[in-house]
Amino acid sequence: MIAPFAARFKHWKRDRRALWVGYAMIAVALAVLPFLVDNTLGRTWVRVIDFALIYAMLALGLNIVVGFAGLLDLGYIAFYAVGAYTWALLASPQFGLHLPFWLILPIGFVAAGFFGVLLGAPTLRLRGDYLAIVTLGFGEIVRIFLNNLDHPVNITNGPIGINLIDPVMIGGVSLTKTHEILGIEFSGTHIYYYLLLLLVMATIFVCVRLEDSRLGRAWIAIREDETAAQAMGINTRNVKLLAFAMGASFGGIAGGLFSSFQGFVSPESFILLESIMVLCMVVLGGMGHVAGVVLGTFLLAVLPEVLRHGASPVQQQLFGKVILDPESLRMMLFGLALILVMLLRPSGLWPSPIRRREFADAKADS
Amino acid sequence: MTTVAVDKLLEVRHVEKRFGGLTALSDVSLSIHRGEIYGLIGPNGAGKTTLFNVLTGIYRPDRGALAFAGRNLIGLKPFRIVEAGLARTFQNIRLFGNMTALENVMVGRHVRTRAGVIGAVFRGPRTCEEEDAIHKRARELLDYVGIARHANSLSKNLSYGDQRRLEIARALATEPQLLALDEPAAGMNATETANLRKLLTRIRDDGVTILLIEHDVKLVMGLCDRVAVLDYGKRIAEGPPQEVQKNPAVIQAYLGGALP
Repeated sequence: MIAPFAARFKHWKRDRRALWVGYAMIAVALAVLPFLVDNTLGRTWVRVIDFALIYAMLALGLNIVVGFAGLLDLGYIAFYAVGAYTWALLASPQFGLHLPFWLILPIGFVAAGFFGVLLGAPTLRLRGDYLAIVTLGFGEIVRIFLNNLDHPVNITNGPIGINLIDPVMIGGVSLTKTHEILGIEFSGTHIYYYLLLLLVMATIFVCVRLEDSRLGRAWIAIREDETAAQAMGINTRNVKLLAFAMGASFGGIAGGLFSSFQGFVSPESFILLESIMVLCMVVLGGMGHVAGVVLGTFLLAVLPEVLRHGASPVQQQLFGKVILDPESLRMMLFGLALILVMLLRPSGLWPSPIRRREFADAKADS
Repeated sequence: MTTVAVDKLLEVRHVEKRFGGLTALSDVSLSIHRGEIYGLIGPNGAGKTTLFNVLTGIYRPDRGALAFAGRNLIGLKPFRIVEAGLARTFQNIRLFGNMTALENVMVGRHVRTRAGVIGAVFRGPRTCEEEDAIHKRARELLDYVGIARHANSLSKNLSYGDQRRLEIARALATEPQLLALDEPAAGMNATETANLRKLLTRIRDDGVTILLIEHDVKLVMGLCDRVAVLDYGKRIAEGPPQEVQKNPAVIQAYLGGALP
């Protein structure tokens, strides 16, 4: 339920100390996490967490479109691609451009948002399955464009991709290199962790605020009943386009950071399976619930890596040889996990309180 | 109840609407005066809902004019019509099922409030004030229609009568000058209908004009200040209920005999 603002503050004041202690503990835990992981599991795992953070931004962006406004988008990865290629083209030897990050990020944000509107505008009248099919096509079109824009004029280097992309530079200092600050050594992977963490927290903040606002209510109203929303004076066209644009923009930023972190992009990174993966993170975690989406992202981004690294040694120990290669095992378990979640927790692992109630009601009725 | 000075809030002039070869509305004219409860009746398929959809911007009439508070309504998008001050409810209830009753009414405030993305994210003093006002008004309206105790229930879990009331509260949240109700008494029992009648009278007395499409002839005749009768897409009578009741064309077409 929504408490009035004044009442919310009163409640805050009472628990403020407990709240701050909690926040401080979370902050410390998040701050030391990369070092902890680095020293126990190794640098690769810090990288895995970095990628999980990039996925978290993607999933949160998609959650605005799918979770809040109820518009099923199967081509979401296209916006990620737009962000990634925007960065790649504006900060690499490809065109000899090396714009600073504080300029590219907003450009990527706007470019992806523009593509969001471009996809949204012709699909305004479509709902459900039909929208899903068109967005799926859109995602593929963008990827195929990137794949083929190497002739007649070479823009994207085609399937070869773009290499030597600039990292985020602050004051001439590259953030992918190792730096020593106050006697502590920070590798590029560590620094990117903090950068991405900051952006993910900003994204979470924006999402939470949006959900509990006039606009968020309008999105949810459209999800619930578009005709009724229109009859309540909501300009459904603009509000839906805004959902597409906002979601896409977050994808664009995530793409830009991905590009700068990897130093390399190619169309291969933006296949349909990636769109589906991000959608799974949203659905598995709990559609429309910000915390649930973050949980879903981390499970789906980290667990497959655990399998990739753990499956072979475990089989070696148990059976003396590797029976199932980790890659096929990964897909198998992934499928199984999805089926189980849909059967046992159809509203996701951590649904929003209201949706949880809704499914409880459905059960009570049947 | 008689209106002293006739102030036409809504004027429908010679409206025609065809679907292919079928003429759903032909040359329909009527006028709704400010401050009255205006009933629209007619047998099934007479064109009541079509007229309703023309008024609320879902259909565009093929011919004719619609003037609402001196403003042309034809060609306006549904949300613009709400903005102009014409709110509606649905024959088959259309609430936002997974939102609470309170949130449903809060959505109704959308058209009278401003906050956008920036306001939502930064929550400046103006946005906070606006949110508080939305919240306060929504609670008042729930109280007004008598379902304040269900404020935090999901709207789909409310009883049928309460859902009808919630739809009215949600429509009232848009601050309409004209509240158009599509068969609000459908499926209600006698007690619920009596309560609805009280509520509608109260809304009218508080200054909102009401257009009532209804099958329940008793309710319409008892409640409405004036009534129009549609039959086969034509308006065959308009006037105070007592007169319309005696109109031979109405008796012939709709009632099939004298009223008891």
